[in-house]
Amino acid sequence: MNWLLDPSFSTFGPDIDRLYYIILVITGLVFVLTEFLLFYFLFKYRKKEGRKAEYSHGSTKAEVIWTLIPFVIVVAIGLMSVSVWDQIKNPVEFPNPDYEIIVSARQFEWDAIYPGADGELGTEDDFTVLNRIHVPVNEPILVHLEAEDVIHSFFVPDFRLKQDAVPGMTIPVWFEVTEPGEYILGCAELCGIGHYRMDGMIVVLTAEEYREWEAGQIAFHSGERSPDEGDVVASRGDEEDSDETQDTGGP
Amino acid sequence: MSATAAAKTDWDQPGFAGGEHHEPSFIRKYIFSTDHKIIAIQFLVTSLFFLIVGGLLAVMIRWQLGFPGAPLPGGDLLPDTMAPGGIILPEFYNAMVTMHGTFMIFFAIMPLMVGVFGNLLIPLQIGAGDMAFPKLNMLSFWLAVPAGFIMLASFFVEGGAAGAGWTAYAPLSADGEYTGVYLGQQLWLVSLFILGFSSIAGAVNYVTTIINMRAPGLTWFRLPLTIWSLFITSFLVLLAIPILAGALIMLLTDQTLGTTFFLPAGGGEPLLWQHLFWFFGHPEVYILILPAMGIVSDILSNGARKPVFGYHAMVLAIIAIAFLGWIVWGHHMFMSGMNPMLGTTFMITTMVIAVPSAIKVFNWLGTLWRGNIEFHAPLLYSVGFVSLFIVGGLSGIFMASTPVDIYIHDTYFIVAHIHYVLFGGSLFAIFAGITFWYPKMFGRMMSSFWNKIHFVLTFIFYSMAFFPMHGLGLEGMMRRLYDPTQYAYLAELQPWNQFISISVFLLAATQVIYFANFTLSLWKGEKATANPWRANSLEWSVPSPPPHGNFERIPIVYRGPYEYSSPESDEDFYPQFVPPRQKTAPRPEPQPTAD
Amino acid sequence: MSQAATMPIEERAPEPGLGIYNLKLGIWIFLLSEVMFFTALIGSYVILRFAHPDHFAAPGEVLNVPLTAVNTFILICSSVTMVKAYAAIEKDDQKGLKQWLLATIVLGSTFVGVQVYEYIHLVNDGFVPDAQAYVESGLAGGPLYSSTFYLMTGFHGVHVALGVGALIFILIKAMRGAYSSQRLGGVEGVGLYWHFVDLVWIVLFTIVYLI
Repeated sequence: MNWLLDPSFSTFGPDIDRLYYIILVITGLVFVLTEFLLFYFLFKYRKKEGRKAEYSHGSTKAEVIWTLIPFVIVVAIGLMSVSVWDQIKNPVEFPNPDYEIIVSARQFEWDAIYPGADGELGTEDDFTVLNRIHVPVNEPILVHLEAEDVIHSFFVPDFRLKQDAVPGMTIPVWFEVTEPGEYILGCAELCGIGHYRMDGMIVVLTAEEYREWEAGQIAFHSGERSPDEGDVVASRGDEEDSDETQDTGGP
Repeated sequence: MSATAAAKTDWDQPGFAGGEHHEPSFIRKYIFSTDHKIIAIQFLVTSLFFLIVGGLLAVMIRWQLGFPGAPLPGGDLLPDTMAPGGIILPEFYNAMVTMHGTFMIFFAIMPLMVGVFGNLLIPLQIGAGDMAFPKLNMLSFWLAVPAGFIMLASFFVEGGAAGAGWTAYAPLSADGEYTGVYLGQQLWLVSLFILGFSSIAGAVNYVTTIINMRAPGLTWFRLPLTIWSLFITSFLVLLAIPILAGALIMLLTDQTLGTTFFLPAGGGEPLLWQHLFWFFGHPEVYILILPAMGIVSDILSNGARKPVFGYHAMVLAIIAIAFLGWIVWGHHMFMSGMNPMLGTTFMITTMVIAVPSAIKVFNWLGTLWRGNIEFHAPLLYSVGFVSLFIVGGLSGIFMASTPVDIYIHDTYFIVAHIHYVLFGGSLFAIFAGITFWYPKMFGRMMSSFWNKIHFVLTFIFYSMAFFPMHGLGLEGMMRRLYDPTQYAYLAELQPWNQFISISVFLLAATQVIYFANFTLSLWKGEKATANPWRANSLEWSVPSPPPHGNFERIPIVYRGPYEYSSPESDEDFYPQFVPPRQKTAPRPEPQPTAD
Repeated sequence: MSQAATMPIEERAPEPGLGIYNLKLGIWIFLLSEVMFFTALIGSYVILRFAHPDHFAAPGEVLNVPLTAVNTFILICSSVTMVKAYAAIEKDDQKGLKQWLLATIVLGSTFVGVQVYEYIHLVNDGFVPDAQAYVESGLAGGPLYSSTFYLMTGFHGVHVALGVGALIFILIKAMRGAYSSQRLGGVEGVGLYWHFVDLVWIVLFTIVYLI
């Protein structure tokens, strides 16, 4: 365990990581400086008989300096953060997505709803996948995040992505993954007794694999084919315990 | 028109000079007392009790996190609804997490800061005989006690204690269906509502007393920073607690009367709860830390035998924090789904509020600079406060930056941060304050040796317990997980969780030293003189402990509270109450106290 | 005193305190707290109403505006009688104090009584806080309407009732001759509170009934 972050696998991950390291360096320097001064003063000015402390009530010049410098630093950090934040969270700046899904959270499962054959969400042929969200690599994905009961939080550490899912709201979230693989999805907001086991998986496939998977799912959900091992399915409200189907390790 | 003018408005003021001098009965003196010093001790005892409760909960939480699924030693004693066979159930874990936060914030740190130091120090440091409204003061304490016991009792009702976190986010908290906790959550709400009355009663008292009952000569800028911080804190209490009260009522009717303020099924808004809660909750954070800053400023100056560096800047920083504290609440909600533009606004205000905190840190360093530092135990705790508060303040910058917060929000990084400011910050200041004013409360000194042992061990085990939590957060470990090994990538971190848990057990065990020292010193401690720390403020002009009514006659204040090493004095301190013309050494002993 | 006399002028104590006696200052500070309490309730109402305008019926559609207008007038009158009571004791008019206090109590109780009457009628019409029952009643608007209504007017009503209790307490003390032009803190304190509660009602009446 250390202060370095694990590699990130989303397009905006490196931006967040860079900001993190900038702040780490700045706060690290301030930390070392202040703690050093603290302990140095304690040592240097420890009590000696016959010496009197300097009778000083302070210095306006010093106050101005150590008001302005921190002010400039924190405002600079703030300004650097604005554009990254807007890029990730402000719907106006979202890239045009080719893939849209609904992710609906409930105690203690993740439902991913796909548009189905017609490519339109909210139609008859939408199909739902439980806990294992499949997306193609190198494509911006737009997730309409919903919650059915209480607040959950959609957290994919490897993407540096987090967004609360709030009942009564549909919150747009986007991400683009840079490498195929399986990435853990967790719930980051206390949502009841099963909060700790509300995990899921983002399965990132190459464009070809994804097309194959999607076609297979469409076929399966329209009843054209029987389920095979790769299918993890559930209709909304399914109470089935899915723990056994998701024991895959980390990415 | 100097001191005599006080007489014109005396009909609502208790007598300065002790007033009635009949010996009150035991019950009037120690149970239903209106003496601010007794009430302070009552708050001290009850909040230390709840500190222990909160601490035991923390130990059990850490047991589960370090050794998930292993039977808790001694856990057989717990009922089967909590831990059958000693194995902690997830619902009991959630209840413990909720109640640990609730007890620590509302029933330990807050009453320790405001109830104990506010009650003890305000009249003594401003030269008043008691609070403006002694009976209201008594009421304040006797509302806090039932509130605490209602909270405690909620563990033993059907369904157990509230399990929606100390922040009680709706809808999880708004409908028992989601947690299986009905009555427990309602008792939680009722208890905090009652506690709110207690806090407001206290705050009305403090503000009135500080404004109206300062001794002659004690102008605003001669007040000790402890008083300044308590004064500003009282305003925060006055203005923030009613917001919480309103929110609690709405949540309670959602639970009981079928309203839907926070339930989307009936049109309610879950985010409304969060806005109300954090509009209260962020000022609450400063309620918990501002008095600590005041106490530490006083003690550092006393230990360094040097005036506080930049007194006016310190006062302004407190006021600035209190003002800015009202416009930063949204930084708790960056991930909540509120408008991202608001996120940017709240980020900027949050960044700005870091500045007054930085000013305070630099001024503390400035206070030590060129001092003649005497390492008494309260100074050590205060230095501990400064060094840990620096970490807590700096880690706040990470989460203030909205993009970085996307990653670390609701992870152990946040857990580390809150414990750095509330334990490393507030609780270290509380240790400092209790140790410093122990002689004034009880007339005896705590054992300095054992205090120092306690300080060193606490500092080490504290750092071992909480510093690695930053790392866990950076690895992506979420908060409030009953069993982190459920996630494969977190299972790899289990050795760290065990290390933290063992550190917490050691940290908890170390606190026995402090409690033993506290208790034994009541009888065995060295008898305290009136001014054992050779300090300047008014409480040191009267015997330890001061008599009922505090001052034999109204003290007159000649200077600020930090005149250490003043060239006008032959000694290295120059109390506020010593008249200036006297060119001989100021007497450490008080003005004539008759007998 | 002797010490003060020997002090050089610039060292001598400026008088601390605001020159307002403690009880009055305390009440003012307490009212700050009350302002924030009603701010929380009213603020929540405003937010919910903006978010869900469909939950709120047009003025007069469900609530009885004329009745409440009369009630509002009664409460405003009670503020006037409270001022009269204070003015009376300022002139050491014991009889006037008692009469005007009694008048304030009667008006305040009437206000609470009318409110209870209104509540009973509303509940009978199906205007209840329970969301399910509200929807089933078929009334205009949605459940947020009734829940915010009862929240705000209910807590205001509790404040009026507590104020009446305080006034009765003051009246009993007045009958024992506890007050004079030199000793009127209690009357003034309760008066301040009473005017505050009155003011809150004017805001509530406007936003709940008229808008």
